[in-house]
Amino acid sequence: MNIAHDLIVLAPELILAIGSMAALMIGAWQGDGATRLVSFLMAALMVIAGAAVCVGVPDTAFNGAFVVDAFSGFTKVLILGSAALCILMAENFFEKEKMVRFEMPILIGLATLGMLAMVSASSFLALYLGLELQSLALYVLAAFQRDNTRSTEAGLKYFVLGALSSGMMLYGISLIYGFTGTTTFTGVAEVIGQSGVGIGLIFGLVFLIAGLVFKISAVPFHMWAPDVYEGSPTPVTAFFTTAAKVAAFALTIRAVMIPFAHAVGQYQQIIVVVSVLSMWLGSVAAIGQENIKRLMAYSSIGHMGYALLGLAAGTQEGVRGMLIYIAFYAVTNIGAFVCIQAMRRDGEAVENISDLAGLARTRPGYAFAFSALMWSLAGLPPVAGIVAKIYVFLAAMHAGLIIPAVLGVLASCVGAYYYLRIAKVIYFDEPAKPLDAGLGGRGMGTILALSTAFTVLLLVVPWVLVGPAQAAAQALLP
Amino acid sequence: MNHLLSIIIFLPLVGILAILATRSNETVRATTARWVALGVTLVDAALTIYMWSRFDGSSSAFQFVEQAEWFGAGTGITYHMGVDGISMLFVVLTGLLMPFTILASWESVKTRVPEYMIAFLALETLMMGVFTALDLFLFYIFFEGGLIPMFLIIGIWGGKRRVYASFKFFLYTLLGSLFMLLAMLWIYFTAGTTDIPTIINTVHFPVQAQYFLWFAFFASFAVKMPMWPVHTWLPDAHVEAPTAGSVILAAILLKMGGYGFLRFSLPMFATASEALAPFVFTLSVVAIIYTSFVALAQEDVKKLIAYSSVAHMGFVTMGIFTLTQQGVEGGVFQMLSHGVVSGALFLCVGVIYDRMHTRDIAAYGGLVNRMPFYAVVFMVFALANIGLPGTSGFIGEFLTMVGVFHVQTWVAIFAATGVILSAAYMLYLYWRVIFGELVKPSLQAIKDLSLREAAILVPLVIATLVMGVYPKFIFDITGPSVAHLIKQHHTAVAYDRGTLPSSVRVAQSGTERAP
Repeated sequence: MNIAHDLIVLAPELILAIGSMAALMIGAWQGDGATRLVSFLMAALMVIAGAAVCVGVPDTAFNGAFVVDAFSGFTKVLILGSAALCILMAENFFEKEKMVRFEMPILIGLATLGMLAMVSASSFLALYLGLELQSLALYVLAAFQRDNTRSTEAGLKYFVLGALSSGMMLYGISLIYGFTGTTTFTGVAEVIGQSGVGIGLIFGLVFLIAGLVFKISAVPFHMWAPDVYEGSPTPVTAFFTTAAKVAAFALTIRAVMIPFAHAVGQYQQIIVVVSVLSMWLGSVAAIGQENIKRLMAYSSIGHMGYALLGLAAGTQEGVRGMLIYIAFYAVTNIGAFVCIQAMRRDGEAVENISDLAGLARTRPGYAFAFSALMWSLAGLPPVAGIVAKIYVFLAAMHAGLIIPAVLGVLASCVGAYYYLRIAKVIYFDEPAKPLDAGLGGRGMGTILALSTAFTVLLLVVPWVLVGPAQAAAQALLP
Repeated sequence: MNHLLSIIIFLPLVGILAILATRSNETVRATTARWVALGVTLVDAALTIYMWSRFDGSSSAFQFVEQAEWFGAGTGITYHMGVDGISMLFVVLTGLLMPFTILASWESVKTRVPEYMIAFLALETLMMGVFTALDLFLFYIFFEGGLIPMFLIIGIWGGKRRVYASFKFFLYTLLGSLFMLLAMLWIYFTAGTTDIPTIINTVHFPVQAQYFLWFAFFASFAVKMPMWPVHTWLPDAHVEAPTAGSVILAAILLKMGGYGFLRFSLPMFATASEALAPFVFTLSVVAIIYTSFVALAQEDVKKLIAYSSVAHMGFVTMGIFTLTQQGVEGGVFQMLSHGVVSGALFLCVGVIYDRMHTRDIAAYGGLVNRMPFYAVVFMVFALANIGLPGTSGFIGEFLTMVGVFHVQTWVAIFAATGVILSAAYMLYLYWRVIFGELVKPSLQAIKDLSLREAAILVPLVIATLVMGVYPKFIFDITGPSVAHLIKQHHTAVAYDRGTLPSSVRVAQSGTERAP
């Protein structure tokens, strides 16, 4: 175990870290005029780092604190991919808002770096390092439109509540360390395997899960999400719901399932409750929303509920289901936020669902893409969402969680209503004043087309997603 | 032609691409869309007839079978298609009715024509997929996928309360189907496969589990049928849908429930089906009598026919759950016959609606004076709906009642009153709309059937009469498959009772063969 070997294992993270510093220098010398260059540079860095992830072989570094396996590979590719697209979206968005700042892509890059560290973390300390690097960058991103009260409010709320949750998680980690004498995931698992779970460890577990649940915005720690998602600049919200969700989720999977592999019964109860409540709250609270970004926040809470069903199962099948779910969710959401970002009228961004009225008459392609993505989120065949739902429900049922699964399908029927409402506004209503033409550039159009193609065609070739997810799940829980 | 089924099913998608590829002004696009849709559905109809001609009616095996990798090797989920004597005719029915629905919308749909045609073509693909899928997930995808195009058809081109009707239709059906999805997942991890023939032939579910699974599937099929008391979405959907939407809804979508009972409930959950047959009989009889009375009180032509559909579907469920050769064959025939007759009745309503833009029965009267040809056509379908001997409606109702008479005599007696009631509401409707003096000034200028309308309705009149006089050509196809289905069912029941060694069941697999 020499340092050179460790650094090679860390190659994707190093590429991103050094690249971000270099980009920061370019920005510092060239000023905001170089934003475009810096953006493309950062997006290219993500691609290079993604390539490095793909060629990486399973290995560990830093005495087992950092793991590279198929699971981290799968999630890192997702994170880097969504982050790169979010940088392009941000570049486009801030140009329209006339608020070009070169720090934007670099902050996204640093947050992404934190996320990569999170999904590879195999010890509670490494986990915390990654998480905080990510969170600090995200707090700033949320408040990036600093002249806008909603944006600053979002940043402040996110910061205060995020710090609280980090504190809770840290408290949980310290309890776990205190009762097991180790911070590595496998070490904790070993201790639990030998001596079982005592009351102290359960306290630790509960605090740890509370912190994690906050990060993925599941009930009962969801209340920050609607405000933050609504207030943040649209591409940042897209980043929150895609890359950040994937990372937090992957972290949750690894930090709960590996150390507590012998205590499935202990965390299962908590996760089942969190999962069912999230599905229902997400479905019911979204019905009354008028603001599309706020609606997407509740939708996100609901989706985290479905994905958590896989965690509750506590099996390899569950991990596979969750990975398929977050992959589908990230890809669909990128497309959905491109659609939302393109909602501009007379140069001003609009965010109300009623602004979409009659879109199908004026912009059939845009309208179809938007609706198809909503149907996919609702889990209606023949678009992609149903594949993800099938796999998480399958895992839950197989693990004997029949009642949560039944509650889940009932919630998804309630949830279908608000997704359908968007389709209704787009297709049935009389046209409102038309939105500005174009999606905001050829790049945005390409992203939307790719996301929609994934949504529409996944059922033709489902193995492209199921296969890698299966391999990743096998790597995590052999 | 090894891929005949796939070609038939996915051909409409080619039509969609063709419509999308047209770039021109609105009028040209609308005309192109109409002709492309008509052309594609006609070719598809011809292909289904070709399939019929190549179908071996003496065999109960699945034919034109296709199987390919889908979710990946080892998952047990494959792209598996095939038709047997029960499903083949539904594919033909779908294929043959589609051109009529396109023609029926030729002039009545004026706005957003390309989208309209795209929705119908997508619906055709999804509906045919339901009847041919031999994999549970594939079936589910097609079964549920049809909701979105229908939602759009009702919601965009529907009547005044179209938004309410489309949401009600969608959420009602979705809720039922989600329970079926859970049951399918349970089957998947229990059996390790979702292949329908494999499950039927080799997998055995514990009796207690059968009840849960039966109810989960029932939740979906009963809503789709629709059976009393979950039928309330149907009148709303029918009334608000455009004519062609009502036709498809009545003729094809309602048949998916009955088909589902035959394909899944009877062979897979045999003991549960047998034990719960009285429950289904009760709901069926209530549907037959109650909805007939409701139909009698309707003031809206479409609503009246919608309620009569619920009553007729009651005969279908009753026939299917007699679990006898006559009953099940009668149920299948009744579905096919109702597909033609109710579709035609909605087309007839469409004819006068296009002229007067009202569905109120009171707005009509004495049409026979101005529209004699229409009156004749309408009469044929009205009588077929009543079940007059010589029309297709008679055969199905008669056989289902023969079947149920063997099993539960009382049920047959109650069901027979439904026949009388159907005569009452149909003749009352016919009398109010067609006969009497033509006194309403608005009706003075009404015109008889145009050539296009006659071209739509006359073939359906012929079909109704041929099916009524010479039903053998249908029974030749359905007979062996229904007999095989009932044998499968009885073997499974015997197995559950422990009167059959398991080796017999395993030995029975191998019912599949390539054509």
